Amino acid sequence: MNHISPTLWQFLVKWMTNFALFPPEASKIAPQMDALYFFMVLVSLIGLTVVILLVTSFSILYSKGRHPVAEQIEGSTLLEATWTIIPLGLFLVMFVWGALIYFRVFTPPANAMNIYVVGKQWMWKAEHPGGQHEINSLHVPTGRAVQLTLISQDVFHSFSIPAFRVKREAIPGRYTTVWFEATTPGTYHLFCTQYCGTEHSHMIGDIVVLTPEDYKKWLAESTSGASLAQNGERLFASLSCSACHNTRPDARGPSLANVYGAKLPLSSGGTVTADDAYLREAILNPSQHITQGYAPIMPTYQGQLSEEGVIALVEYIKNLNSDYRIQQTLNTTELLPESEGKAPAATQTPAAKGSASQGMVKQ
Amino acid sequence: MSTNTIISLPDQSTARVPKVNYLSKENGILSWLLTGDHKRIAILYLISLSFFFFIGGALAGLIRLELLTPQADLMATDTYNKVFTMHGVIMIFFFLVPSVPATLGNFLIPLMIGAKDLALPKINLLSWYLYMAGGILALYTMVTGGVDTGWTFTTPLSTHYVNTNVLTTGLAAFIAGFSSIFTGLNFIVTIHKMRAPGMTWFKLPLFVWAHYAASVLMVLATPVVAIAIVLVALERTIGIGVFDPTKGGDPLLFQHLFWFYSHPAVYIMILPGMGVISEVISTFSRKRVFGYTAVAFSSVAIAVFGFFVWAHHMFIMGISNYAVIVFSLLTMLVAVPSAIKIFNWAFTLYKGSITFETPMLYAFGFMGLFTIGGLTGVFLGVSGTDIHLTETYFIVAHFHFVMVGGMLMAFLAGIHFWWPKMTGRMYPEKISQMAAVVTFIGFNFTFFPQFILGTLGMPRRYASYPPEFQILNVFSTAGASILGVGYLLPVLYLVWSLKYGAVAGDNPWQATGLEWQTQSPPLTENFLKTPIMDHDVYDYEWLEAQKEKEVASAG
Repeated sequence: MNHISPTLWQFLVKWMTNFALFPPEASKIAPQMDALYFFMVLVSLIGLTVVILLVTSFSILYSKGRHPVAEQIEGSTLLEATWTIIPLGLFLVMFVWGALIYFRVFTPPANAMNIYVVGKQWMWKAEHPGGQHEINSLHVPTGRAVQLTLISQDVFHSFSIPAFRVKREAIPGRYTTVWFEATTPGTYHLFCTQYCGTEHSHMIGDIVVLTPEDYKKWLAESTSGASLAQNGERLFASLSCSACHNTRPDARGPSLANVYGAKLPLSSGGTVTADDAYLREAILNPSQHITQGYAPIMPTYQGQLSEEGVIALVEYIKNLNSDYRIQQTLNTTELLPESEGKAPAATQTPAAKGSASQGMVKQ
Repeated sequence: MSTNTIISLPDQSTARVPKVNYLSKENGILSWLLTGDHKRIAILYLISLSFFFFIGGALAGLIRLELLTPQADLMATDTYNKVFTMHGVIMIFFFLVPSVPATLGNFLIPLMIGAKDLALPKINLLSWYLYMAGGILALYTMVTGGVDTGWTFTTPLSTHYVNTNVLTTGLAAFIAGFSSIFTGLNFIVTIHKMRAPGMTWFKLPLFVWAHYAASVLMVLATPVVAIAIVLVALERTIGIGVFDPTKGGDPLLFQHLFWFYSHPAVYIMILPGMGVISEVISTFSRKRVFGYTAVAFSSVAIAVFGFFVWAHHMFIMGISNYAVIVFSLLTMLVAVPSAIKIFNWAFTLYKGSITFETPMLYAFGFMGLFTIGGLTGVFLGVSGTDIHLTETYFIVAHFHFVMVGGMLMAFLAGIHFWWPKMTGRMYPEKISQMAAVVTFIGFNFTFFPQFILGTLGMPRRYASYPPEFQILNVFSTAGASILGVGYLLPVLYLVWSLKYGAVAGDNPWQATGLEWQTQSPPLTENFLKTPIMDHDVYDYEWLEAQKEKEVASAG
């Protein structure tokens, strides 16, 4: 190899040792999707071979030298039917198989653990229910279904984990979800795949898959002191939500206990299921969603809350399972950020410090 | 005459290009700029399209150079974003959409149906001016700062978050859209109203059928993208809030509107190319196209189904799962007519008498590359695999196989096939065959590695990427330089042939179309007397009989 320059040689060696042809399979859905992928590759190869064989063999057999006079043929209904029905049949098999996988990817199991992800130019912020925050990385355990609830604070982004074969757009103004179950510990690529402006190609990060034990350790080490719901509770108090949603008999707003997942009657008629999307809408566009029996007096919080703030509130409301919890919230008013210094340390709600309170309200 | 070619040129020692023809009839720049002659307008389009193609191609070269290394080192990410946006805008709106229809379609449709001109010659000229206005505006935006939204103008990025020339670029696409609407309208009217006596619908060359289908798409789909662009402009300037969720708008609505045009647009781009392939394959295998009606109706089927698949661009954007199922199923259906066409072309060769001149080589290239492009389209139409493959280099490779491997190969096949008709001269055969082979090899080197990159998950529109993707990107860039040579060669020898090429005569390929039964280059009026279509389309026996008659009368 004397005639190759050493730099070039090093380059080649580096390439050949660092050369990927197929992404790792690190989630439960990945092998299923790859099975379909390879089936389609196989069918495509056969189809392509058939076309190439036809064209080359006819080109050889019927070249002008061998076959000087062409025979005129109109066509053949039988052949037309053959190459209509066989491709159609194959495509339909792929369609059904693909649809089954699609439904699997976008229908999370009931016991999935939920992590919120907010995309913004140009970073991914993950909010774990335990209050752990991450930027441009996501830690998940193996062997546990993880649902991501995604939203964008500005433009379209797309949360892509090639090793898991899942991808979902983060869209401004609405929640989208996707779920996966990681199988192999390791660090994998996270890409933003929807073009989102100048630093699009830097909106990348790491998906860190940990064994359940390591994950537990990570959770404990990364806690910010308050859970997501507790952050929501603080917001609930500081935005004076509790002035109306206070469970008292004469309250101006409905009690929010056990509201999550319930069917609510609307004053415009009809009912609506209070899911994440509904709760978000009800906070930002309250006049559109008046619960029966209440006056349309709730102000909009559009522009006052960041998406993370809304997420914290939604998480808080989700976890409200009794009026008692709300009444407790009423007593946390002294824990508001401006009165943080005076707050007694021994209240039920541990005071969230630093990042949590700053990150919540839009600045 | 050698046995492996059908080229039959007149005796070069006596042959002359006819003195009176559409090119020589009038002189001076004004006679071109104010012409109503569809053939001259086609030439105007050909020159301007080639110009835009080489600008778009230079931008593609910059993209490939940047991607040679994993870091964004040749240009800043901002510049890279502008470069790929302008590459997309120029290639799609100013090359691919008008490519075959505005040059070959303009030139040939009246000739093929035995008419003197298109139905609305002035509208035809207007559409060229609109095209130029749009194109120059696009170039102006490029040199005055460019735009970095991607050619898809995705909201709310385009309406609220970028400070570049979104409005002017949108206006350029808007204007070019009207050019395309007028061309489509003109074709529809002409094909309905101007056919020569005896030219029934089922005697139309398949090139005309394909253009008819594409014209319907142009007329019906383009206004929707015009509306979408206007809404983006209004949202950006006065904030009407159609797409802005904080004002109750829906950002997905833009996706629906945009793809309602832009999906049919890919059929606007590919259908005329399919028309070219039908003509070329028939001529060089001396056979009528196998299953003429199936091929004709598959064009119409593509046009019809093409309207109902737009949401397959949005499978992961949070549209309802059931909508995904419906659109995925419809996408499977639109794949079938393309398969029908491929097999019919292949069987046209069966028992033919095949020769391998340049247009045929390009047509073979088309069939191979379009088959790969079409089959990988199924990977993206199937909802399950789309999740993983969409928004990656897989999709980039797929549409370049269809648009560049398919459409551009077809365009070059057509340009080579009708060049003697357009100019009256032949190009050098050997070097043009070589160019076809170089293009095919370069193309595969450039775009095949991108399928693997996409499967690995490399996102599109990235200026930098993880280092393990480098080797495939180096392959791709190396291939692009071969491809560049493949595209430059035809420009050189085609221009050379204008002066030094052999005189072609009326019908160098012994083809059956009416366009070949008149002089090359044709008269401004196309035919001396209105032709009467008393034979079938692709009727090679009629052509033989015709030739014998000529010999008999001459002798």
